[in-house]
Amino acid sequence: MANVGRFFVRLRHNRVGLLGFVLATLVLGAALLGPWLTQVDPLRQNVLARFQGPSLGHLLGTDNFGRDTLARILYGYRTSIAVSFGAVALSTLLGSTIGLLAAYLGGWIDRLLMRLMDVLLAFPIILLAIAVLAVLGPGGTNTALAIGVVYTPIFARLARGPALTVLSWDYVAAARAVGASGGRIVLRHVLPNILAPILVQTTLSLSTAILVEASLSFLGLGTQPPTPSLGLMLSQSRDYMLISPWVSIFSGLAILLASLGFNLFGDGMRDLLDPTLRGRDV
Amino acid sequence: MIGYVARRLVDLVFVLLGVSVLVFLMVRFIPGDAVEIMLGANTDITPDRVAALRHGLGLDLPIHVQYWNWLTGVLHGDLGTSIWTGRPVADEILARAPATLEITLLALALALVLALPLGVVSARARGSAGDLVVRLLSIVGLTLPTFWVGVLMLLVFSLYLPGWPAIGYVPFATQPLGNLARMALPVVAVSLPMIAGLTRILRSSLLEVLGSDYVRTARSKGLAERPVLYKHALRNALIPVVTVIGVQLGYLLSGVVVIEQVFAIPGIGRLIIGAINQRNYPLIQGIVLVITAVFVVVNLLVDLAYAWIDPRVEYE
Repeated sequence: MANVGRFFVRLRHNRVGLLGFVLATLVLGAALLGPWLTQVDPLRQNVLARFQGPSLGHLLGTDNFGRDTLARILYGYRTSIAVSFGAVALSTLLGSTIGLLAAYLGGWIDRLLMRLMDVLLAFPIILLAIAVLAVLGPGGTNTALAIGVVYTPIFARLARGPALTVLSWDYVAAARAVGASGGRIVLRHVLPNILAPILVQTTLSLSTAILVEASLSFLGLGTQPPTPSLGLMLSQSRDYMLISPWVSIFSGLAILLASLGFNLFGDGMRDLLDPTLRGRDV
Repeated sequence: MIGYVARRLVDLVFVLLGVSVLVFLMVRFIPGDAVEIMLGANTDITPDRVAALRHGLGLDLPIHVQYWNWLTGVLHGDLGTSIWTGRPVADEILARAPATLEITLLALALALVLALPLGVVSARARGSAGDLVVRLLSIVGLTLPTFWVGVLMLLVFSLYLPGWPAIGYVPFATQPLGNLARMALPVVAVSLPMIAGLTRILRSSLLEVLGSDYVRTARSKGLAERPVLYKHALRNALIPVVTVIGVQLGYLLSGVVVIEQVFAIPGIGRLIIGAINQRNYPLIQGIVLVITAVFVVVNLLVDLAYAWIDPRVEYE
Protein backbone atom coordinates (compact mmCIF):
# COMPACT_ATOMS: atom_id res chain seq x y z
CA MET A 1 0.00 0.00 0.00
CA ALA A 2 2.87 2.35 0.79
CA ASN A 3 4.07 1.79 -2.76
CA VAL A 4 0.71 2.79 -4.18
CA GLY A 5 0.80 5.98 -2.08
CA ARG A 6 4.28 6.82 -3.28
CA PHE A 7 3.22 6.19 -6.87
CA PHE A 8 0.48 8.79 -6.63
CA VAL A 9 2.77 11.32 -4.92
CA ARG A 10 5.14 11.00 -7.88
CA LEU A 11 2.26 11.03 -10.37
CA ARG A 12 1.45 14.57 -9.19
CA HIS A 13 4.68 15.72 -10.78
CA ASN A 14 4.06 13.90 -14.06
CA ARG A 15 1.60 16.24 -15.73
CA VAL A 16 0.79 14.02 -18.70
CA GLY A 17 0.30 10.97 -16.50
CA LEU A 18 -1.86 12.96 -14.11
CA LEU A 19 -4.06 14.25 -16.94
CA GLY A 20 -4.43 10.65 -18.11
CA PHE A 21 -5.31 9.49 -14.61
CA VAL A 22 -8.00 12.20 -14.30
CA LEU A 23 -9.47 11.38 -17.74
CA ALA A 24 -9.41 7.63 -17.11
CA THR A 25 -11.04 8.12 -13.69
CA LEU A 26 -13.77 10.29 -15.21
CA VAL A 27 -14.49 7.67 -17.89
CA LEU A 28 -14.49 4.88 -15.30
CA GLY A 29 -16.75 6.96 -13.07
CA ALA A 30 -19.13 7.58 -15.97
CA ALA A 31 -19.19 3.86 -16.72
CA LEU A 32 -19.74 2.77 -13.13
CA LEU A 33 -22.13 5.52 -12.03
CA GLY A 34 -23.90 6.09 -15.37
CA PRO A 35 -27.40 5.10 -14.23
CA TRP A 36 -27.08 7.37 -11.18
CA LEU A 37 -25.63 10.34 -13.09
CA THR A 38 -28.59 10.61 -15.42
CA GLN A 39 -32.26 10.00 -14.79
CA VAL A 40 -32.85 9.67 -18.52
CA ASP A 41 -33.47 6.25 -20.03
CA PRO A 42 -30.99 5.87 -22.93
CA LEU A 43 -33.54 3.78 -24.85
CA ARG A 44 -36.55 6.11 -24.42
CA GLN A 45 -37.63 7.49 -27.76
CA ASN A 46 -39.33 10.83 -28.27
CA VAL A 47 -40.37 11.70 -31.84
CA LEU A 48 -41.07 15.30 -30.86
CA ALA A 49 -37.47 15.83 -29.73
CA ARG A 50 -35.51 14.37 -32.65
CA PHE A 51 -32.23 15.74 -34.07
CA GLN A 52 -31.74 18.33 -31.32
CA GLY A 53 -28.49 20.17 -30.75
CA PRO A 54 -27.03 20.70 -27.28
CA SER A 55 -29.45 22.47 -24.93
CA LEU A 56 -30.21 22.62 -21.21
CA GLY A 57 -32.77 19.87 -21.58
CA HIS A 58 -30.41 17.63 -23.54
CA LEU A 59 -26.82 18.69 -22.84
CA LEU A 60 -25.43 16.81 -25.84
CA GLY A 61 -28.60 16.85 -27.95
CA THR A 62 -30.71 13.94 -29.22
CA ASP A 63 -30.57 11.38 -32.04
CA ASN A 64 -32.95 10.37 -34.85
CA PHE A 65 -35.31 8.71 -32.34
CA GLY A 66 -35.16 11.63 -29.91
CA ARG A 67 -33.02 9.62 -27.51
CA ASP A 68 -30.77 11.64 -25.18
CA THR A 69 -27.15 11.53 -26.43
CA LEU A 70 -25.56 12.17 -23.03
CA ALA A 71 -27.46 9.27 -21.46
CA ARG A 72 -26.53 7.05 -24.39
CA ILE A 73 -22.85 7.98 -24.08
CA LEU A 74 -22.88 7.27 -20.33
CA TYR A 75 -24.44 3.85 -20.97
CA GLY A 76 -22.14 3.41 -23.98
CA TYR A 77 -19.17 3.85 -21.66
CA ARG A 78 -20.59 1.07 -19.49
CA THR A 79 -20.57 -1.30 -22.47
CA SER A 80 -17.23 -0.11 -23.78
CA ILE A 81 -15.50 -0.31 -20.38
CA ALA A 82 -17.08 -3.68 -19.53
CA VAL A 83 -15.92 -5.21 -22.83
CA SER A 84 -12.44 -3.62 -22.72
CA PHE A 85 -11.82 -4.49 -19.07
CA GLY A 86 -13.08 -8.03 -19.61
CA ALA A 87 -10.84 -8.43 -22.65
CA VAL A 88 -7.74 -7.01 -20.99
CA ALA A 89 -8.35 -8.95 -17.75
CA LEU A 90 -8.61 -12.15 -19.78
CA SER A 91 -5.45 -11.47 -21.77
CA THR A 92 -3.48 -10.32 -18.72
CA LEU A 93 -4.36 -13.43 -16.70
CA LEU A 94 -4.06 -15.90 -19.55
CA GLY A 95 -0.99 -14.29 -21.12
CA SER A 96 0.94 -13.87 -17.88
CA THR A 97 0.12 -17.44 -16.86
CA ILE A 98 1.35 -18.77 -20.20
CA GLY A 99 4.50 -16.63 -20.02
CA LEU A 100 5.28 -17.67 -16.43
CA LEU A 101 4.61 -21.35 -17.18
CA ALA A 102 6.82 -21.22 -20.27
CA ALA A 103 9.64 -19.55 -18.33
CA TYR A 104 9.38 -21.87 -15.32
CA LEU A 105 8.90 -25.17 -17.14
CA GLY A 106 11.27 -24.45 -20.03
CA GLY A 107 12.10 -27.16 -22.57
CA TRP A 108 9.56 -28.24 -25.18
CA ILE A 109 6.58 -26.80 -23.29
CA ASP A 110 8.24 -23.39 -23.41
CA ARG A 111 8.93 -23.74 -27.14
CA LEU A 112 5.44 -25.01 -27.90
CA LEU A 113 3.66 -22.27 -25.94
CA MET A 114 5.76 -19.46 -27.31
CA ARG A 115 5.49 -20.73 -30.90
CA LEU A 116 1.73 -20.71 -30.48
CA MET A 117 1.97 -17.12 -29.24
CA ASP A 118 4.12 -16.23 -32.28
CA VAL A 119 1.40 -17.61 -34.54
CA LEU A 120 -1.28 -15.52 -32.81
CA LEU A 121 0.95 -12.44 -33.04
CA ALA A 122 1.34 -13.01 -36.77
CA PHE A 123 -2.28 -11.97 -37.45
CA PRO A 124 -3.06 -8.28 -37.84
CA ILE A 125 -5.01 -7.32 -34.69
CA ILE A 126 -8.36 -6.46 -36.21
CA LEU A 127 -8.30 -9.39 -38.62
CA LEU A 128 -7.83 -11.93 -35.82
CA ALA A 129 -10.59 -10.28 -33.79
CA ILE A 130 -12.87 -10.36 -36.85
CA ALA A 131 -12.02 -14.03 -37.44
CA VAL A 132 -12.84 -14.93 -33.83
CA LEU A 133 -16.14 -13.04 -34.08
CA ALA A 134 -16.89 -14.78 -37.39
CA VAL A 135 -16.67 -18.06 -35.49
CA LEU A 136 -18.40 -17.06 -32.24
CA GLY A 137 -20.95 -14.66 -33.72
CA PRO A 138 -21.32 -10.96 -32.85
CA GLY A 139 -22.07 -9.57 -29.39
CA GLY A 140 -20.46 -7.89 -26.40
CA THR A 141 -19.21 -10.99 -24.57
CA ASN A 142 -17.78 -12.48 -27.75
CA THR A 143 -16.06 -9.18 -28.54
CA ALA A 144 -14.38 -9.28 -25.12
CA LEU A 145 -13.29 -12.87 -25.82
CA ALA A 146 -12.00 -11.94 -29.27
CA ILE A 147 -9.96 -8.96 -28.06
CA GLY A 148 -8.77 -11.04 -25.09
CA VAL A 149 -7.42 -13.75 -27.41
CA VAL A 150 -5.76 -11.15 -29.64
CA TYR A 151 -3.92 -9.50 -26.72
CA THR A 152 -2.88 -12.70 -24.92
CA PRO A 153 0.47 -13.22 -26.73
CA ILE A 154 1.56 -9.66 -25.87
CA PHE A 155 1.31 -10.49 -22.17
CA ALA A 156 2.83 -13.96 -22.57
CA ARG A 157 5.94 -12.42 -24.15
CA LEU A 158 6.02 -9.60 -21.64
CA ALA A 159 5.91 -12.04 -18.70
CA ARG A 160 8.28 -14.69 -20.03
CA GLY A 161 11.40 -12.59 -20.66
CA PRO A 162 11.71 -10.91 -17.26
CA ALA A 163 10.55 -14.12 -15.55
CA LEU A 164 13.51 -15.97 -17.08
CA THR A 165 15.85 -13.30 -15.69
CA VAL A 166 14.36 -13.42 -12.20
CA LEU A 167 14.44 -17.23 -12.19
CA SER A 168 18.21 -17.09 -12.65
CA TRP A 169 18.72 -14.87 -9.61
CA ASP A 170 20.36 -16.23 -6.48
CA TYR A 171 17.44 -15.77 -4.16
CA VAL A 172 15.26 -17.99 -6.33
CA ALA A 173 17.95 -20.67 -6.01
CA ALA A 174 17.89 -20.00 -2.26
CA ALA A 175 14.11 -20.40 -2.18
CA ARG A 176 14.46 -23.68 -4.08
CA ALA A 177 17.17 -24.81 -1.65
CA VAL A 178 14.89 -24.33 1.34
CA GLY A 179 12.28 -26.43 -0.45
CA ALA A 180 9.81 -23.85 -1.81
CA SER A 181 7.33 -25.37 -4.25
CA GLY A 182 7.21 -24.34 -7.91
CA GLY A 183 3.94 -22.50 -7.43
CA ARG A 184 5.32 -20.59 -4.46
CA ILE A 185 8.47 -19.60 -6.34
CA VAL A 186 6.53 -18.31 -9.31
CA LEU A 187 3.81 -16.49 -7.33
CA ARG A 188 5.82 -15.17 -4.39
CA HIS A 189 9.23 -14.56 -5.91
CA VAL A 190 8.91 -14.13 -9.66
CA LEU A 191 5.52 -12.48 -10.16
CA PRO A 192 6.07 -9.43 -7.87
CA ASN A 193 9.31 -8.67 -9.71
CA ILE A 194 7.77 -8.62 -13.16
CA LEU A 195 4.53 -6.88 -12.21
CA ALA A 196 5.49 -3.32 -13.17
CA PRO A 197 5.75 -3.80 -16.96
CA ILE A 198 2.62 -5.96 -16.90
CA LEU A 199 0.63 -3.24 -15.11
CA VAL A 200 1.85 -0.63 -17.60
CA GLN A 201 0.91 -2.85 -20.55
CA THR A 202 -2.50 -3.55 -18.99
CA THR A 203 -3.27 0.18 -18.89
CA LEU A 204 -1.97 0.80 -22.41
CA SER A 205 -3.93 -2.22 -23.68
CA LEU A 206 -7.12 -0.79 -22.18
CA SER A 207 -6.56 2.28 -24.33
CA THR A 208 -6.29 0.26 -27.54
CA ALA A 209 -8.99 -2.23 -26.51
CA ILE A 210 -11.45 0.68 -26.25
CA LEU A 211 -10.56 1.63 -29.84
CA VAL A 212 -10.80 -1.96 -31.12
CA GLU A 213 -14.15 -2.48 -29.40
CA ALA A 214 -15.45 0.74 -30.94
CA SER A 215 -14.14 -0.32 -34.38
CA LEU A 216 -15.79 -3.74 -34.15
CA SER A 217 -19.09 -2.24 -33.01
CA PHE A 218 -18.81 0.32 -35.79
CA LEU A 219 -18.46 -2.59 -38.24
CA GLY A 220 -21.58 -4.17 -36.74
CA LEU A 221 -19.68 -7.15 -35.29
CA GLY A 222 -19.41 -5.97 -31.68
CA THR A 223 -22.15 -4.84 -29.34
CA GLN A 224 -25.58 -5.33 -30.87
CA PRO A 225 -28.52 -2.89 -30.73
CA PRO A 226 -30.39 -1.77 -28.74
CA THR A 227 -27.53 -1.86 -26.18
CA PRO A 228 -25.97 1.63 -26.30
CA SER A 229 -22.45 1.41 -27.69
CA LEU A 230 -20.19 4.24 -28.79
CA GLY A 231 -19.04 2.57 -32.02
CA LEU A 232 -22.58 1.66 -32.96
CA MET A 233 -23.85 5.18 -32.18
CA LEU A 234 -21.21 6.67 -34.46
CA SER A 235 -22.02 4.17 -37.20
CA GLN A 236 -25.77 4.79 -37.10
CA SER A 237 -25.42 8.55 -36.77
CA ARG A 238 -23.93 8.69 -40.27
CA ASP A 239 -27.38 8.20 -41.77
CA TYR A 240 -28.63 11.55 -40.51
CA MET A 241 -25.41 13.46 -39.94
CA LEU A 242 -26.31 16.14 -42.48
CA ILE A 243 -29.55 16.82 -40.61
CA SER A 244 -27.90 16.78 -37.19
CA PRO A 245 -24.18 16.09 -36.76
CA TRP A 246 -24.14 16.09 -32.94
CA VAL A 247 -24.29 12.36 -32.29
CA SER A 248 -21.46 11.79 -34.79
CA ILE A 249 -19.33 14.43 -33.11
CA PHE A 250 -19.96 13.51 -29.48
CA SER A 251 -19.86 9.71 -29.77
CA GLY A 252 -16.46 9.82 -31.50
CA LEU A 253 -15.17 12.37 -29.03
CA ALA A 254 -16.24 10.07 -26.20
CA ILE A 255 -14.23 7.20 -27.72
CA LEU A 256 -11.19 9.46 -28.14
CA LEU A 257 -11.30 10.75 -24.54
CA ALA A 258 -11.55 7.25 -23.08
CA SER A 259 -8.73 5.87 -25.19
CA LEU A 260 -6.59 8.96 -24.66
CA GLY A 261 -7.08 8.86 -20.87
CA PHE A 262 -5.84 5.29 -20.47
CA ASN A 263 -3.00 5.88 -22.95
CA LEU A 264 -1.69 8.95 -21.10
CA PHE A 265 -2.09 7.24 -17.73
CA GLY A 266 -0.22 4.17 -18.99
CA ASP A 267 2.52 6.40 -20.37
CA GLY A 268 2.86 8.19 -17.05
CA MET A 269 2.91 4.85 -15.24
CA ARG A 270 5.72 3.64 -17.47
CA ASP A 271 7.77 6.74 -16.71
CA LEU A 272 7.27 6.31 -12.98
CA LEU A 273 7.54 2.55 -12.62
CA ASP A 274 10.26 1.85 -15.13
CA PRO A 275 12.64 4.76 -15.70
CA THR A 276 14.72 2.73 -18.19
CA LEU A 277 11.81 2.72 -20.62
CA ARG A 278 11.27 6.47 -20.45
CA GLY A 279 10.42 8.02 -23.78
CA ARG A 280 10.49 4.72 -25.60
CA ASP A 281 7.51 3.60 -27.61
CA VAL A 282 6.22 0.08 -27.74
CA MET B 1 23.77 -12.38 -42.04
CA ILE B 2 23.03 -15.35 -44.33
CA GLY B 3 22.59 -17.59 -41.30
CA TYR B 4 20.25 -15.03 -39.79
CA VAL B 5 18.18 -14.80 -42.96
CA ALA B 6 17.98 -18.59 -43.17
CA ARG B 7 16.84 -18.87 -39.56
CA ARG B 8 14.20 -16.20 -40.07
CA LEU B 9 12.95 -18.02 -43.16
CA VAL B 10 12.58 -21.27 -41.19
CA ASP B 11 10.68 -19.34 -38.49
CA LEU B 12 8.51 -17.86 -41.22
CA VAL B 13 7.55 -21.30 -42.54
CA PHE B 14 6.62 -22.47 -39.01
CA VAL B 15 4.53 -19.38 -38.31
CA LEU B 16 2.75 -19.65 -41.67
CA LEU B 17 2.02 -23.34 -41.05
CA GLY B 18 0.62 -22.43 -37.63
CA VAL B 19 -1.49 -19.68 -39.17
CA SER B 20 -2.79 -22.10 -41.80
CA VAL B 21 -3.76 -24.66 -39.14
CA LEU B 22 -5.67 -22.02 -37.14
CA VAL B 23 -7.41 -20.68 -40.23
CA PHE B 24 -8.26 -24.22 -41.33
CA LEU B 25 -9.64 -25.10 -37.89
CA MET B 26 -11.73 -21.89 -37.79
CA VAL B 27 -14.75 -23.58 -39.31
CA ARG B 28 -14.57 -26.49 -36.79
CA PHE B 29 -14.81 -24.06 -33.88
CA ILE B 30 -18.18 -22.74 -35.04
CA PRO B 31 -20.80 -23.80 -32.50
CA GLY B 32 -23.35 -25.99 -34.28
CA ASP B 33 -23.18 -27.47 -37.75
CA ALA B 34 -21.12 -25.18 -39.97
CA VAL B 35 -22.73 -26.51 -43.14
CA GLU B 36 -26.26 -25.80 -41.97
CA ILE B 37 -25.17 -22.34 -40.77
CA MET B 38 -23.59 -21.60 -44.14
CA LEU B 39 -26.81 -22.59 -45.89
CA GLY B 40 -28.62 -20.55 -43.22
CA ALA B 41 -30.50 -17.96 -45.23
CA ASN B 42 -31.67 -20.42 -47.88
CA THR B 43 -35.17 -21.64 -47.21
CA ASP B 44 -34.92 -24.84 -49.19
CA ILE B 45 -32.47 -26.74 -47.00
CA THR B 46 -32.84 -30.39 -47.78
CA PRO B 47 -30.71 -33.19 -46.33
CA ASP B 48 -29.47 -33.73 -49.88
CA ARG B 49 -28.21 -30.16 -50.20
CA VAL B 50 -26.55 -30.30 -46.79
CA ALA B 51 -24.83 -33.56 -47.76
CA ALA B 52 -23.84 -32.13 -51.14
CA LEU B 53 -22.24 -29.03 -49.61
CA ARG B 54 -20.57 -31.14 -46.92
CA HIS B 55 -19.12 -33.33 -49.62
CA GLY B 56 -18.27 -30.33 -51.79
CA LEU B 57 -16.30 -28.78 -48.93
CA GLY B 58 -14.67 -32.15 -48.19
CA LEU B 59 -16.06 -32.12 -44.67
CA ASP B 60 -16.92 -35.84 -44.80
CA LEU B 61 -13.22 -36.83 -44.88
CA PRO B 62 -10.93 -37.46 -41.87
CA ILE B 63 -9.67 -34.14 -40.53
CA HIS B 64 -5.98 -34.56 -41.35
CA VAL B 65 -6.89 -35.51 -44.92
CA GLN B 66 -9.08 -32.41 -45.09
CA TYR B 67 -6.22 -30.23 -43.90
CA TRP B 68 -3.77 -31.80 -46.35
CA ASN B 69 -6.14 -31.36 -49.28
CA TRP B 70 -6.88 -27.80 -48.26
CA LEU B 71 -3.19 -26.91 -47.75
CA THR B 72 -2.04 -28.40 -51.08
CA GLY B 73 -4.88 -26.51 -52.74
CA VAL B 74 -3.82 -23.26 -51.05
CA LEU B 75 -0.21 -23.76 -52.14
CA HIS B 76 -1.47 -24.11 -55.70
CA GLY B 77 -3.40 -20.87 -55.40
CA ASP B 78 -6.74 -22.61 -54.84
CA LEU B 79 -8.38 -20.96 -51.83
CA GLY B 80 -11.72 -22.66 -52.38
CA THR B 81 -14.98 -21.35 -53.74
CA SER B 82 -17.08 -18.50 -52.45
CA ILE B 83 -20.36 -20.07 -51.30
CA TRP B 84 -22.63 -17.29 -52.51
CA THR B 85 -21.12 -16.30 -55.83
CA GLY B 86 -19.58 -19.64 -56.77
CA ARG B 87 -16.44 -17.80 -57.90
CA PRO B 88 -12.97 -18.83 -56.75
CA VAL B 89 -12.06 -17.12 -53.46
CA ALA B 90 -8.68 -16.13 -54.92
CA ASP B 91 -10.44 -14.19 -57.71
CA GLU B 92 -12.72 -12.41 -55.25
CA ILE B 93 -9.71 -11.33 -53.19
CA LEU B 94 -7.68 -10.24 -56.22
CA ALA B 95 -10.59 -8.14 -57.46
CA ARG B 96 -10.74 -6.27 -54.14
CA ALA B 97 -7.02 -6.09 -53.38
CA PRO B 98 -6.08 -2.99 -55.44
CA ALA B 99 -8.22 -0.55 -53.44
CA THR B 100 -6.94 -1.80 -50.08
CA LEU B 101 -3.36 -1.93 -51.29
CA GLU B 102 -3.56 1.59 -52.68
CA ILE B 103 -4.90 3.13 -49.46
CA THR B 104 -2.32 1.28 -47.38
CA LEU B 105 0.66 2.25 -49.53
CA LEU B 106 -0.44 5.88 -49.94
CA ALA B 107 -1.02 6.17 -46.19
CA LEU B 108 2.40 4.68 -45.48
CA ALA B 109 4.03 7.12 -47.91
CA LEU B 110 2.14 10.08 -46.44
CA ALA B 111 3.11 9.05 -42.91
CA LEU B 112 6.79 8.82 -43.81
CA VAL B 113 6.80 12.09 -45.75
CA LEU B 114 5.18 13.99 -42.87
CA ALA B 115 6.67 12.22 -39.85
CA LEU B 116 10.30 12.72 -40.86
CA PRO B 117 10.28 16.54 -41.00
CA LEU B 118 7.92 16.78 -38.01
CA GLY B 119 10.17 14.59 -35.87
CA VAL B 120 13.33 16.46 -36.90
CA VAL B 121 11.81 19.90 -36.32
CA SER B 122 10.34 18.83 -33.00
CA ALA B 123 13.63 17.40 -31.75
CA ARG B 124 15.70 20.37 -32.94
CA ALA B 125 13.35 22.93 -31.42
CA ARG B 126 13.04 20.95 -28.21
CA GLY B 127 11.03 22.78 -25.56
CA SER B 128 9.68 25.40 -27.99
CA ALA B 129 6.01 26.07 -28.59
CA GLY B 130 6.22 24.22 -31.91
CA ASP B 131 7.72 21.18 -30.21
CA LEU B 132 4.95 21.21 -27.62
CA VAL B 133 2.26 21.36 -30.31
CA VAL B 134 3.85 18.48 -32.24
CA ARG B 135 4.18 16.42 -29.04
CA LEU B 136 0.58 17.02 -27.97
CA LEU B 137 -0.75 16.24 -31.44
CA SER B 138 1.34 13.08 -31.63
CA ILE B 139 -0.10 11.84 -28.32
CA VAL B 140 -3.67 12.55 -29.38
CA GLY B 141 -3.02 11.17 -32.86
CA LEU B 142 -2.05 7.78 -31.46
CA THR B 143 -5.46 7.27 -29.88
CA LEU B 144 -7.53 8.93 -32.59
CA PRO B 145 -10.40 6.72 -33.79
CA THR B 146 -9.64 6.97 -37.53
CA PHE B 147 -13.18 5.98 -38.55
CA TRP B 148 -14.45 8.97 -36.55
CA VAL B 149 -12.00 11.27 -38.35
CA GLY B 150 -13.29 9.80 -41.61
CA VAL B 151 -16.91 10.48 -40.65
CA LEU B 152 -16.10 14.07 -39.67
CA MET B 153 -14.23 14.60 -42.94
CA LEU B 154 -17.22 13.33 -44.89
CA LEU B 155 -19.43 15.69 -42.91
CA VAL B 156 -17.23 18.72 -43.54
CA PHE B 157 -16.75 17.92 -47.23
CA SER B 158 -20.44 17.33 -47.90
CA LEU B 159 -21.29 20.63 -46.20
CA TYR B 160 -18.59 22.86 -47.68
CA LEU B 161 -17.32 21.01 -50.77
CA PRO B 162 -20.39 19.12 -51.94
CA GLY B 163 -18.86 18.65 -55.41
CA TRP B 164 -15.92 16.62 -54.08
CA PRO B 165 -16.18 12.91 -54.96
CA ALA B 166 -15.62 11.73 -51.40
CA ILE B 167 -17.14 8.26 -51.58
CA GLY B 168 -16.49 5.11 -53.56
CA TYR B 169 -13.61 3.96 -55.72
CA VAL B 170 -12.51 4.22 -59.34
CA PRO B 171 -9.33 2.54 -60.59
CA PHE B 172 -6.35 4.79 -61.13
CA ALA B 173 -5.84 3.35 -64.61
CA THR B 174 -9.22 4.54 -65.90
CA GLN B 175 -9.60 7.82 -63.95
CA PRO B 176 -6.35 8.97 -62.33
CA LEU B 177 -7.73 12.21 -60.90
CA GLY B 178 -11.01 10.70 -59.78
CA ASN B 179 -9.06 7.93 -58.09
CA LEU B 180 -6.77 10.30 -56.19
CA ALA B 181 -9.65 12.58 -55.20
CA ARG B 182 -11.50 9.63 -53.68
CA MET B 183 -8.36 8.31 -52.00
CA ALA B 184 -7.43 11.62 -50.36
CA LEU B 185 -9.80 11.58 -47.37
CA PRO B 186 -9.46 7.91 -46.35
CA VAL B 187 -5.69 8.03 -46.77
CA VAL B 188 -5.32 11.12 -44.59
CA ALA B 189 -7.65 9.64 -41.95
CA VAL B 190 -5.90 6.27 -41.60
CA SER B 191 -2.41 7.72 -41.73
CA LEU B 192 -2.87 10.06 -38.73
CA PRO B 193 -2.01 7.53 -35.98
CA MET B 194 1.01 6.36 -37.98
CA ILE B 195 2.21 9.95 -38.51
CA ALA B 196 1.83 10.49 -34.76
CA GLY B 197 3.62 7.26 -33.83
CA LEU B 198 6.54 7.71 -36.22
CA THR B 199 6.99 11.39 -35.32
CA ARG B 200 7.12 10.51 -31.66
CA ILE B 201 9.68 7.75 -32.10
CA LEU B 202 11.88 9.79 -34.42
CA ARG B 203 11.80 12.74 -32.00
CA SER B 204 12.87 10.69 -28.98
CA SER B 205 15.50 8.70 -30.85
CA LEU B 206 16.93 11.83 -32.47
CA LEU B 207 17.14 13.52 -29.07
CA GLU B 208 19.00 10.50 -27.74
CA VAL B 209 21.43 10.46 -30.67
CA LEU B 210 22.00 14.24 -30.51
CA GLY B 211 23.12 13.80 -26.92
CA SER B 212 25.59 11.03 -27.75
CA ASP B 213 29.39 11.27 -27.71
CA TYR B 214 29.99 10.95 -31.42
CA VAL B 215 27.66 13.85 -32.19
CA ARG B 216 29.55 15.94 -29.63
CA THR B 217 32.80 14.92 -31.37
CA ALA B 218 31.41 15.91 -34.76
CA ARG B 219 30.37 19.27 -33.38
CA SER B 220 33.63 19.90 -31.54
CA LYS B 221 35.69 19.27 -34.64
CA GLY B 222 33.88 22.28 -36.07
CA LEU B 223 31.31 20.60 -38.29
CA ALA B 224 28.31 22.76 -39.15
CA GLU B 225 24.98 21.83 -37.60
CA ARG B 226 23.47 20.67 -40.90
CA PRO B 227 25.96 17.91 -41.70
CA VAL B 228 25.98 16.89 -38.04
CA LEU B 229 22.23 16.47 -38.15
CA TYR B 230 21.74 14.93 -41.57
CA LYS B 231 24.97 12.97 -42.07
CA HIS B 232 25.59 11.77 -38.55
CA ALA B 233 22.57 11.97 -36.29
CA LEU B 234 19.57 11.32 -38.52
CA ARG B 235 20.87 8.11 -40.05
CA ASN B 236 21.19 6.47 -36.66
CA ALA B 237 18.00 8.01 -35.34
CA LEU B 238 16.05 6.45 -38.22
CA ILE B 239 16.85 2.90 -37.12
CA PRO B 240 14.17 2.70 -34.39
CA VAL B 241 11.71 4.20 -36.89
CA VAL B 242 12.33 1.29 -39.27
CA THR B 243 11.83 -1.28 -36.50
CA VAL B 244 8.36 -0.01 -35.62
CA ILE B 245 7.13 0.27 -39.20
CA GLY B 246 6.18 -3.42 -39.15
CA VAL B 247 4.08 -3.01 -36.01
CA GLN B 248 2.62 0.24 -37.32
CA LEU B 249 1.61 -1.47 -40.56
CA GLY B 250 -0.58 -3.82 -38.52
CA TYR B 251 -2.41 -0.87 -36.99
CA LEU B 252 -2.60 0.81 -40.38
CA LEU B 253 -4.20 -2.25 -41.93
CA SER B 254 -6.75 -2.36 -39.10
CA GLY B 255 -7.58 1.26 -39.82
CA VAL B 256 -7.98 0.55 -43.54
CA VAL B 257 -10.43 -2.33 -42.92
CA VAL B 258 -12.70 0.04 -40.99
CA ILE B 259 -12.23 3.15 -43.13
CA GLU B 260 -13.40 1.21 -46.22
CA GLN B 261 -16.79 0.98 -44.48
CA VAL B 262 -16.87 4.76 -43.95
CA PHE B 263 -16.03 5.72 -47.53
CA ALA B 264 -17.79 2.79 -49.24
CA ILE B 265 -14.55 1.59 -50.82
CA PRO B 266 -14.84 -1.90 -52.33
CA GLY B 267 -11.67 -3.30 -50.76
CA ILE B 268 -10.75 -6.34 -48.69
CA GLY B 269 -12.29 -4.80 -45.54
CA ARG B 270 -15.75 -4.56 -47.08
CA LEU B 271 -15.30 -7.99 -48.62
CA ILE B 272 -14.70 -9.68 -45.25
CA ILE B 273 -17.51 -7.81 -43.50
CA GLY B 274 -19.88 -8.87 -46.26
CA ALA B 275 -18.56 -12.43 -46.03
CA ILE B 276 -19.23 -12.51 -42.29
CA ASN B 277 -22.78 -11.24 -42.71
CA GLN B 278 -23.35 -13.99 -45.30
CA ARG B 279 -21.48 -16.58 -43.19
CA ASN B 280 -19.37 -17.25 -46.25
CA TYR B 281 -16.63 -19.14 -44.43
CA PRO B 282 -14.39 -20.16 -47.36
CA LEU B 283 -14.15 -16.48 -48.29
CA ILE B 284 -13.45 -15.42 -44.67
CA GLN B 285 -10.75 -18.09 -44.36
CA GLY B 286 -9.17 -17.07 -47.65
CA ILE B 287 -9.02 -13.38 -46.72
CA VAL B 288 -7.61 -14.02 -43.23
CA LEU B 289 -5.00 -16.40 -44.63
CA VAL B 290 -3.87 -14.20 -47.51
CA ILE B 291 -3.72 -10.94 -45.53
CA THR B 292 -1.88 -12.57 -42.63
CA ALA B 293 0.62 -14.23 -44.97
CA VAL B 294 1.33 -10.91 -46.69
CA PHE B 295 1.60 -9.22 -43.30
CA VAL B 296 4.06 -11.83 -41.98
CA VAL B 297 6.26 -11.60 -45.08
CA VAL B 298 6.27 -7.79 -45.01
CA ASN B 299 7.22 -7.86 -41.35
CA LEU B 300 10.09 -10.20 -42.13
CA LEU B 301 11.29 -7.86 -44.89
CA VAL B 302 11.16 -4.93 -42.46
CA ASP B 303 13.23 -6.91 -39.95
CA LEU B 304 15.75 -7.88 -42.60
CA ALA B 305 15.97 -4.28 -43.77
CA TYR B 306 16.62 -3.30 -40.19
CA ALA B 307 19.40 -5.85 -39.83
CA TRP B 308 20.88 -4.63 -43.09
CA ILE B 309 20.76 -0.94 -42.13
CA ASP B 310 22.14 -1.49 -38.66
CA PRO B 311 25.13 -3.86 -38.69
CA ARG B 312 25.19 -3.80 -34.88
CA VAL B 313 22.12 -6.01 -34.72
CA GLU B 314 23.07 -9.27 -33.15
CA TYR B 315 21.77 -12.30 -34.94
CA GLU B 316 21.34 -14.46 -31.87
